[in-house]
Amino acid sequence: MKQLQLIGFLLSAALFGVVASCQSGGSEVVTPAPGPGKLDTKPPVVYQTTPYPWKKPANFPDPVYNFANNPLTLEGVALGRTLFYDDMLSVNGTVSCAFCHQQPAAFAHPDHALSHGVNDKIGTRNNLGLQNLAFYKNFFWDGGVADLDLLPIAPIENPVEMAHSMPNLLNAVRQSAKYRPLFQSAFGSDSITTARFLKSLSQFMLTMVSANSRYDTYARKEAGGQLTSDELAGLNLFQQKCSSCHAGELFTDQSFRNNGLSRALNQDVGRYQITLRPEDKFKFKVPSLRNVARTPPYMHDGRFWTLNDVLNHYTTMQEVPELDPVLRQNGKPGVLLTDPEKQQIIAFLNTLTDTAYIADRQFSAPN
Amino acid sequence: MRRLFLSLSLLTAALMAGFLACNTNDPQAVRPPAKFGLDFSNVVGTQPLQLGTVAYKNASGELFTPTNFNYFVSNIRLIRTDGSAYVVPQDSSYFLIRQTDPATQKITLNNVPEGSYKAVSFVLGVDSLRSTADISKRTGALDPAVDHTGANGMYWSWNSGYIFMKLEGTSPSAPRDATGTGNFRYHIGYFGGRDTKTINNLKTITVSFGADVAQVDPFRQPTVQIQADVLTIFDGTTPISIKAYPEVMISPFSATVAKNYATMFSYKGLKTAVTD
Repeated sequence: MKQLQLIGFLLSAALFGVVASCQSGGSEVVTPAPGPGKLDTKPPVVYQTTPYPWKKPANFPDPVYNFANNPLTLEGVALGRTLFYDDMLSVNGTVSCAFCHQQPAAFAHPDHALSHGVNDKIGTRNNLGLQNLAFYKNFFWDGGVADLDLLPIAPIENPVEMAHSMPNLLNAVRQSAKYRPLFQSAFGSDSITTARFLKSLSQFMLTMVSANSRYDTYARKEAGGQLTSDELAGLNLFQQKCSSCHAGELFTDQSFRNNGLSRALNQDVGRYQITLRPEDKFKFKVPSLRNVARTPPYMHDGRFWTLNDVLNHYTTMQEVPELDPVLRQNGKPGVLLTDPEKQQIIAFLNTLTDTAYIADRQFSAPN
Repeated sequence: MRRLFLSLSLLTAALMAGFLACNTNDPQAVRPPAKFGLDFSNVVGTQPLQLGTVAYKNASGELFTPTNFNYFVSNIRLIRTDGSAYVVPQDSSYFLIRQTDPATQKITLNNVPEGSYKAVSFVLGVDSLRSTADISKRTGALDPAVDHTGANGMYWSWNSGYIFMKLEGTSPSAPRDATGTGNFRYHIGYFGGRDTKTINNLKTITVSFGADVAQVDPFRQPTVQIQADVLTIFDGTTPISIKAYPEVMISPFSATVAKNYATMFSYKGLKTAVTD
């Protein structure tokens, strides 16, 4: 009997040996890596996410962002929202994304010509409002980053913005009791990776769709979608004088252009810094004009404080060699507009304010 | 007793099945997988590279002391004597060689097909496909959130591009900073651009083993010694003076530096570890 047990044991050992040698000789056997909390004796919580119903506004073009690589879930969006509003993303815990991207200003920074970082450091450019990020080919005034997932690294590591380092930040997030359950519910384990951190921020930012201005209800012929005669006249003028650059429903053709700003006080080379092509010197991204009335000051260096100033620039600009050809008519720089016409255009630009967007609780700081 | 006999029979059957499954799925299973080593040694001319201690001299007659030297090696192909190539699987083909970390200077390629190899080729840098890949594809040395700040920073967050080669150091020929030290810094990147065409500083390097042949089988692991000569960065195709170019990063001149470092690799020998 004892002998038989021994034979049985030997056979089992041999069988194990076969299986083991099989594994090392063949392709790698992938076992799912357990999260750091593997010592938990509690039964595993069933991991279930709820898809976020992201919808393209009817009057918008197709999104650029590849949602297939980052399917939006309510849990992922909630995690991204928590990160977006968390001061710990900056090196000294004073500056969150929302510090410079404030909802009442359509996620721009009101009253700041240049971006404002930790220890009152001042950047070189005016920050851009955040909205409709799923539709953009690239980001920043120079288009330096073309993938929304990679965008947050830039402000997080910029010494005059959040001044943090990604490895240190991710370690801090890993040690934070707050975040482990949030990553667990968004991704099925509390492993906090670069990709999960960045993709959850993207998930929240992708939900920030602004498409319910008075202009939109007009464009979609929805109930109450009427514009006044001044606003309609402004829209008409805008289409003639402005829409070759501020084109389409995003109010930007996403190109980089020189719009004739004086360089007397600012030699920022703009897009050239990214492409190193001489023809890109002093060119900047054509910004969207959605919610523009909410996002003063204007231009890449915040030099104009009112829409009136902006329109005055377009009618009085001086010659610069790099001026975009579309802004040079009959050999002269600038756009021809009378003062009443400017006021009509401003009346139209005001219809691009999406009051629902800037009041929407789902984009506000989480409780 | 009968029950015991039954369980023994079942075990034997299972054992047989195990062997069969192994044989049908993977005929190579009895031979362990073969490996191939690539050892990078960084030198300055005829001397080994030492950081921060030795002053070397370039062809412009300038003294310089390197303090940091990193480069990416990717897209590795082993070229057989018949001219065909074994392409290392893409996800396992990105390595960051850092002078401060000797472990990074020894690359071991696993599961290399048995055969005779006469050369290796690789890309110095991170190819455009991976430079624009989804964040989930940027792991290990490519993770933009791991050790990419400070001295080892090999990622530009403001243009989401990798630095292919980084050489930093001090030189009396470089402009003095506030502490009186002259610093030079070469950070070379640019993969050719996404929508807009930019400079492409990616270089494909082929290192031939000369008359040597690296035999790969489970019992012989060849390791090829490759030397990278920092001096060629200054004294390559176009001589570069530190005085004229103390800082090269995001300028068209980066292409000249890249052309120079494309010539920095040479074959130094082959070692084969034999096991029974």
